[in-house]
Amino acid sequence: MNKTINVTVNGTKHTLEVEPRLLLVHMIREVLNMTGTHIGCDTSSCGACTILLNGKSIKSCTVLAVQADGKSITTVEGLAPEGGPLHPLQEGFKENHGLHCGFCTPGMLLRAHELLEHNPNPTEDEIRWGISGNLCRCTGYNNIVKAIQWAGAKMRGEETPSTEPEFV
Amino acid sequence: MIAQSFQYESPGSLSEAISLLNKYGDDAKILSGGHSLIPMMKLRLATPAYLIDINGIPGLSHISEDGGIVRIGSLVREAEVEHSDLLAKHFPIFRDVTKLIADPQVRNMGTLGGNLAHGDAANDHPAVMLALRASVAITGAEGEREVPIDEFFFGFYMTAVQQGEILTEIRIPIPPKGTGSAYHKLERKVGDYATSGAAVQLTIGEMGVVTAVGIGLTNVNSVPLRAVRSEEVLLGKPLSEETIALAAQYASEDCNPSADLRGSEEYKRHVTGVLVKRMIHKAAERAMQ
Repeated sequence: MNKTINVTVNGTKHTLEVEPRLLLVHMIREVLNMTGTHIGCDTSSCGACTILLNGKSIKSCTVLAVQADGKSITTVEGLAPEGGPLHPLQEGFKENHGLHCGFCTPGMLLRAHELLEHNPNPTEDEIRWGISGNLCRCTGYNNIVKAIQWAGAKMRGEETPSTEPEFV
Repeated sequence: MIAQSFQYESPGSLSEAISLLNKYGDDAKILSGGHSLIPMMKLRLATPAYLIDINGIPGLSHISEDGGIVRIGSLVREAEVEHSDLLAKHFPIFRDVTKLIADPQVRNMGTLGGNLAHGDAANDHPAVMLALRASVAITGAEGEREVPIDEFFFGFYMTAVQQGEILTEIRIPIPPKGTGSAYHKLERKVGDYATSGAAVQLTIGEMGVVTAVGIGLTNVNSVPLRAVRSEEVLLGKPLSEETIALAAQYASEDCNPSADLRGSEEYKRHVTGVLVKRMIHKAAERAMQ
């Protein structure tokens, strides 16, 4: 039996009729056609499908769409206005080579978003623990950590660190 | 992966949830954090015809202190346990354990009640609750009953929670001054189940004598295991390298790990001993702070 749900996605309200077994990530990608949220492992291990549900980062492959009824969702498409300036996190990833193939990036951005909200000036160790639920198979994480530090500095209104690439 | 079709119910009160559970019987499953159940449903290892989502039930999300007891509502998320100052004040073990449970996103969803009610000896909170000598409130149509944690786990995925009942609260006695607690598990990578894990709470009284001790073990038995002989050898005497070594030895002898990709039985017994020893030291250090 289908269920009617009301969700706000990136500020836009949607009323949808969904099958209870529809996963939230499938609702986002296939019902709303917003493909910025990726499906990696489909087993809540890799973090590619991370979105914000009422401001909290969650793995949308392991949440049902019906569980989002009455809640608000932020996906990578909602981080910056279309055609407008990038979010400091997006800018940080761009400036610091925080991505190679980009598959993990939307999840990394949303996870880092919640991390910086709770802890605006995290240590390297706190960042690494903070993104421990997000796998990246390209970068070796160093530049992702730097990107988040860079974004944190920018969001605190401080001078951003040098973006000279690190050769390791 | 898509779960088998089911009917979804989201009751707004505990009594409504309990009557739905009674109505649908074995065909119903309770959805709490969902991070054990939904993966099982996607793999079709679980195929409930009815899913009762209890997340909308008010009054199950508190962490409070009341008459020497800390009460934790069963819907409290792991992330809330991790960041609770009240829990950190009395039980430093919660900061140890939550950091090792899955990852931050999963901890935003996963609940303490679910971690216990799932009845999996590989989960981390059961051993912690054994060490803290917690009890669990279970509510059904007849009202509420309180079950000591030692009578809660029956077997693989089997607990004292019966059909038509919901785990509603976890109650932990606040220990006296001079108490410390600690948890650690060996995991191959972030988010993995424990190769082995040890939870210890110790109270050190006058002359350094151990006046209370609880030791629980993770994932080295078919049900969460209390290390009874290890507790006995520490109780009533001052901590010494000798008693700690014996406690570690007894834990490694008394556990029943199975060999799997995480290691052989012998390796897991060894790791269990090492972890028990380290956690006794860490809990004792915290007790004396």
